[in-house]
Parts: sequence; structure tokens; C-alpha cells
Amino acid sequence: MKRRYLALAIDSPEPFSQDALVDAVWTSISRLYGEHGASQTNFSLIRFDVQKNTAVIRTNHTSVDLVRAALACLTKIGGKPAAVHVLRISGTLKALTKKLN
Amino acid sequence: MKRTYADLHLCANINEQSQLASLVREASTLGYGSVSIPLPFNITDQHVQRIREACVQVGLDFVSRVDLKPRFPEELLRDLRKVRRRFEIVAVMCYTKVVARQAAKDRRVDLLNFPQPDFRKAFFDEAEAELASNCLASLEVDVKPLLSFEGPARIRLLSNLRREIQTAKAHNVPTVISTGVSEKLLMRKPTELAALGVLFGLQGELAKAAVSSNPMAIIKRNRDKLSWRFVAPGIRVIRRGKDC
Repeated sequence: MKRRYLALAIDSPEPFSQDALVDAVWTSISRLYGEHGASQTNFSLIRFDVQKNTAVIRTNHTSVDLVRAALACLTKIGGKPAAVHVLRISGTLKALTKKLN
Repeated sequence: MKRTYADLHLCANINEQSQLASLVREASTLGYGSVSIPLPFNITDQHVQRIREACVQVGLDFVSRVDLKPRFPEELLRDLRKVRRRFEIVAVMCYTKVVARQAAKDRRVDLLNFPQPDFRKAFFDEAEAELASNCLASLEVDVKPLLSFEGPARIRLLSNLRREIQTAKAHNVPTVISTGVSEKLLMRKPTELAALGVLFGLQGELAKAAVSSNPMAIIKRNRDKLSWRFVAPGIRVIRRGKDC
């Protein structure tokens, strides 16, 4: 199964936890595509940097567009206003780290 | 060639300099090359110049825009006569069917916007698309309601948008995706706007064109028309001098 790694920048005036981020992304995905659709995205959080407000997530390569749309629809994390922007997409974690640097 | 992205509907409050500066800075950071901010009819040239300078400071190209909200076709025609030579983009907010029809068949209208999420007031049907395809009007989709609505309201909105986009594609009416937002945290990257297109049936190249080539084509066409060189479609001044 091909995977894609997405580097995210989270813009939020208030701090939030890793769990709140995962919860917000899952909520956004399942609201848009339902539980069946959400289960097909294979979304998981790989890395979260609380200092820089950046994260790396993983998903199926066939679900990249759907996950990007769900991330764009996300307006709150932990009940506080936030925006999630995709910085880079790559097929491997190593290449993603290289692109970001 | 690198794409230039444009947001043709950034609803900044032009009277609040700090909010305006913050929004245009964010637009530049997100990767836009051009932004269009709706302006009131009676705005002065000095005020427009100040907004243009605020955009230039952050490396953005500013495009003047006016949003017309007429109640009757006659009002639309009167407004178009007043504003067409003053603004680079003319958008019509279609609140009634008669106004929508008149706007679609008028070549002075650039963007048709249908702000009402109510499916009973979805005026972009086959007839509207046919009229728009014979003129120069494009269909504008604001993503703000997509971000702010939840549950059944968003389901109905997506259903309407899907139908409108399908009709636009069938009649070759260009589509433009804009943000339509006035808050920094609701702004999205152009590639994210294109990704949102997946939700209403606009995918791949078509979605990318809706945030880059389609809006840029409108800007170029109107700037050419507003230039002193333009005489009539197909006729332009190429030189001015004593020997001409």
C-alpha cells in the first residue's frame, strides 16, 4: 500500500495538545466522508512539534486529496480557532524531512 | 512555468488599516500573487492607491473589485454603466432569478456569485449557464460557507455546488474559487482551495485552473480593456505621435 506523508503547519493563537489535534482531524474527516470514508484514509499522526506548531501525518496515496480537503475544512482545534496548512507532501518520511530542511 | 495564484474575493475591511495589512500579509505568505478586495462604489482614487501600496509592500498585485447587489435588472444595468470603467473586476451577487439572468447575458459582468445557500434559490441552472457561456461571465464559488457551515447546511451546500459545477462544466463556463473570508484564520492556501474542489466535483487541472489561470485570465482581459490602448475588441492603439 502506497503512503503519503504530509507536513503541516498549524496556525492557532492558543496552545493545544497532540490529542486535540488528532481529534480535530478525525472529526473533520468523519464529518465530511462518514466513518466508512474515514476508515479508508488510514490517517495517523507521525510527529508533532508543540514548540513550532508543526506536525507530520500519514495517509493513503489515494486519499491525499480527501485528507487535504478535510484539513482545509478544519477551523477549530480543541474548541479554539485554528487553521491547518499543508507545507509539503512526500512518499517517504526521509524525503519529507529533506524537503523541509 | 510557475503558476500565479489569485484570490478574487478577500473581504478585508478597507477602513481598518491594521486588519487590511494583516490579511494581505497572510495572503502573500500563503502563496497568492494577486488579491482582489471588494470596494464600495464611492471610494476615492487616493484610498484605492493606499490599498494598492499596502499590497505592493508585501509583494502582492492588487486588483480592484466591486460587488453589485441589485434587486432588479434595471438597477444592475444602471450600476454597470457607473462602475465598469472604474473597477477591474465586476461581480454580481445574484439574489433574484431575473438579476441572475440579466447578469449572465451582460458582457460587462466578470463574476456571477450565488451567495444564498438555499437550494430553492440556486439560479445557476442550464439556461443561466448557456447565457454565461455566450458571454464572458465566470461562476465564482466562495469557500467561506464551506468552512463555517456544519451538518445538514453543509450537506445541502455541497449538493448545490456539485450541481452548479456540473452545469458549468457542461457549458464550458469557467469557474473561479475564492475565499470570501474576512478573518485571517479562515484564509487557505491556493492549493488547499483547489483541494476543496474535490468536495464539489472540481478535480485535478480544473481545480488548479479555478485558483490560477481562470482568475488571472479575467484580470488580464480587463486590464487590457481598461488600458488607453483599447479601442474595441480586436482594435488597439499601437502608436501615438505626430506622424500618426
